[in-house]
Amino acid sequence: MIELRNVSKSFTLHNQGGAVIPVMRGATLKVAPGECVALTGASGAGKSTLMRVIYGNYLAASGQVLVGGLDVARAEPREILALRRKTLGYVSQFLRVVPRVPTLEVVAEPLLVIGCDRQAALDKAATLLARLNIPERLWTLSPTTFSGGEQQRVNIARGFAHDYPAMLLDEPTASLDAQNRETVLALIEEAKSRGAAIVGIFHDVDARERICDHEVDVSDFTPGMAA
Amino acid sequence: MTPLLSVQDIRKTYGARVGCTGVNFDLYPGEVMGIVGESGSGKSTLLNCLAGHLEPDMGRVVFDTRADGPVDTVTMSEPERRKLGRTDWAFVHQHARDGLRMSVSAGGNIGERLMAVGERHYGAIRERAVDWLGRVEISETRVDDRPTDFSGGMQQRLQIARNLVTGPRLVFMDEPTGGLDVSVQARLLDLLRGLVREMGLSAIIVTHDLAVVRLLADRLMVMKDGHVVESGLTDQVLDDPQHAYTQLLVSSVLQV
Repeated sequence: MIELRNVSKSFTLHNQGGAVIPVMRGATLKVAPGECVALTGASGAGKSTLMRVIYGNYLAASGQVLVGGLDVARAEPREILALRRKTLGYVSQFLRVVPRVPTLEVVAEPLLVIGCDRQAALDKAATLLARLNIPERLWTLSPTTFSGGEQQRVNIARGFAHDYPAMLLDEPTASLDAQNRETVLALIEEAKSRGAAIVGIFHDVDARERICDHEVDVSDFTPGMAA
Repeated sequence: MTPLLSVQDIRKTYGARVGCTGVNFDLYPGEVMGIVGESGSGKSTLLNCLAGHLEPDMGRVVFDTRADGPVDTVTMSEPERRKLGRTDWAFVHQHARDGLRMSVSAGGNIGERLMAVGERHYGAIRERAVDWLGRVEISETRVDDRPTDFSGGMQQRLQIARNLVTGPRLVFMDEPTGGLDVSVQARLLDLLRGLVREMGLSAIIVTHDLAVVRLLADRLMVMKDGHVVESGLTDQVLDDPQHAYTQLLVSSVLQV
């Protein structure tokens, strides 16, 4: 479902003397449906960079990034957008929303954009918000004013609204209390059992051992850091 | 899939000065494209060439019309282009007063566009006008007031209602949130996003505000000195800019 073949990435800083910073070389991994792969490595090794390359947020310099048969490294913007709508979900660490939009709508949006029935989308959103312990009185408010933990849970609810066949999870359990952490792990297990291919970053070692089928150390792809 | 709009090698010069040159892109149904760049980069010139307000020196602007399929709007006759301008196309100006008739009531401003496409029944026109005022969050009680009595944000929303009432397929926007204070901007952005999704609109938005394109645009084109220096997926261009100018632009934004 997700496959990287010999992917490299560098940043060229044109306004700082044209400095070229290579950050990834020879990245290769493969995730089958129903499988979860954890990215490991020290901070700065390039875990989030690798994830952003898969999402098409960062442009790969070379190699192939195949998600559901589409090479994200070379695809047209509209192909990547269609992929993100239907196939590839991404739960980042930060919630980015239009101001003023109510939480319930924020969570239902991924379903609405693929043409899901409005009521069904709102029902699904409500179910997820309830599972993640966001009090119902907050649902009609914009999440921009919520606490960090609440925003993170709204972000997770949004990420799990649509049943994506492929998912990227950037520290989904960070800074959650035990009960909410359990809910998020259950959501991930449910996604796996319906056949989603997942790439995740988990600093939480217990969570990683419970959820992930194998680990990929991104230090192996970091130029100048490989052992 | 046929592109809704196919722009091929557009060039516009003002004497020896280049307005814009070598612009090529395809816009597909439902896509929103942002064009960013500093003032004088040629983005408004380009928008006006695309919308038929300026005649390009060379190039083609092929629009997929409902009746006849893809037609080059640059070589189209003036009456045909005008007809397109009040049916399938809409143009939202930066200054609402450029897109509104200031001496006509709010309802009249919306109704005028309906009448231009052949609607004649007064009751039906007024009903649609009131419906659209509601959709852009203007109270029905203001339907007989003139836009001169409206705030800047309300004028802008009225201009959007007037433009969208005939169900266009392509909307050109020139700095639609420019000159509005931030709370009004947020409301307008939310409104535009909702309308684009519900109506399946395609749009081309010219702005210098990177936050606006991040929220509204699927794709982004960066212009400098009349040239397109970079284009791609909006978040990719903003988060991983490849061109020196785009890097400068992105790093120049003040963090709040």
